Amino acid sequence: MTDVAAHAAEYTGESLPAWSLPKDAVDRIALPVEWPERVTREWAWGGSTGAGVRVCILDSGVEADHPLVGGLESAVTISLDENEEAVVAEDVEGDLCGHGTACAGIVRSLAPECTVSSVRVLGAGWTGSGAVLLAGLRYAVEQGFDVINMSLSTTKKPFAGILHELADSAYFRRTVLVASAHNMPVESYPWKFSSVISVGSHEEPDPLTFFYNPSPPVEFFGRGVNVEVAWLQAHTVTVSGNSFATPHLTGICALILSKHPELTPFQLKNVLYLIANNVGGGT
Amino acid sequence: MTGEREPSELRAAVAAGVVGSEESFRALLAAIVEVARSIFGARASSILLLDAETEELVFAAVVGEGEESLLGMRFPAGKGIAGWVLATRTPLVVEDVRKDPRFAGDVAEGTGYVPSGLMAAPLLHDEAALGVLEVLDRPERSLFSLHEMELLGLFANQAAIAVDLLLKARHARRLLDADAGELGVVAELAGLVDALEGPRRVAGLRLLHDLSETLGRRPGP
Repeated sequence: MTDVAAHAAEYTGESLPAWSLPKDAVDRIALPVEWPERVTREWAWGGSTGAGVRVCILDSGVEADHPLVGGLESAVTISLDENEEAVVAEDVEGDLCGHGTACAGIVRSLAPECTVSSVRVLGAGWTGSGAVLLAGLRYAVEQGFDVINMSLSTTKKPFAGILHELADSAYFRRTVLVASAHNMPVESYPWKFSSVISVGSHEEPDPLTFFYNPSPPVEFFGRGVNVEVAWLQAHTVTVSGNSFATPHLTGICALILSKHPELTPFQLKNVLYLIANNVGGGT
Repeated sequence: MTGEREPSELRAAVAAGVVGSEESFRALLAAIVEVARSIFGARASSILLLDAETEELVFAAVVGEGEESLLGMRFPAGKGIAGWVLATRTPLVVEDVRKDPRFAGDVAEGTGYVPSGLMAAPLLHDEAALGVLEVLDRPERSLFSLHEMELLGLFANQAAIAVDLLLKARHARRLLDADAGELGVVAELAGLVDALEGPRRVAGLRLLHDLSETLGRRPGP
């Protein structure tokens, strides 16, 4: 059994294989969501604060006491032991760069009442960074976060297969993986997988403006240019890059999931499409 | 290492005899950062290379502010803005980096020059991240745009190709040095013939051809 199948079985509580729908089971999958005639931003997140949604920042760590971050639910760091096995430990160092704090601050600015956790996958040594990234993502998926912000990628092809399995696993477990598309023309992962929400930058100043891209693999464009963000030691700086567009979409996902917790990643992606500025959400 | 030598190592040694020296590659890197600085109207630009053994980033080319003091300087690859860019293989632009107290402190300690703004892109070749291209202090009047991000990526790609060549040349040079002259004579021959012109080049090539036939001839019964 693959990891994906195992996670799917764990999630549905059914043994495999059972991928069919007998006539008398149709009622069992009746959906509680009542969809409006037209999905609007007001329906999607009107009145939402992100409360009840657990967001994970997979990055360089997060400065927990930064005023724009406002505390963390948990903070761990991932490293490899001498046998190349992943070790998860409480993170006492915080942010080693500023980047993770920036992402956490952006999410918090859009969804002030969501909980934010940090999984630090950078700074534990250069050589194992790809393996640490994988271990960090695996840990985050296992924790059952609602949204994982992944403003980074790897170019190492040997990791692509496992990353793909993890991304699918998250998708089936109702964990939304929001991943930065690469700014440069290189092959990198996991943003190219269709089970994640991939994000590039636009140049508009409004944090809630986002566009659907009808020419994938990049699916959405969020605010990513000249963004004032939280940085180290309670400071702020102005930054640009797809890695800052990504937490904007993460924050928007947190708002929607807070109001509509029953949505699967598939349904959430459809809502994002329907309320994107170039589809109908801008009006 | 004789006897177990890979054919590719011999080729690398020959290449070392005919391709540019370490100095000419350094000049190429310096030219790239000079153009990057000029195009962006920046105060400084630099290329940092990853030393995988020590897990450090080393300033391999610097132009503008800090030019004399930064070259050869090292710092841990796992930290800071350049470290993040290297590890995540993702470009990053920070406009007012002076507000980053750790960054300002570390850099000022080494150079006395703390940039206000910083653009950084990874040097990617195949699956490897070889280093980081930095452009420091663009003119304050202009807001950053996606066009500049694209331009930065193009420069980083060009620099990555140059760095890959530099690393291959270094590898070949190490092979020559390690062999105590064994491969050196092959490299020297290749270099000498490559430098010849006219009839001397024709004669030199003929001589090498004869040598090749003689060495390749199987001993008689």
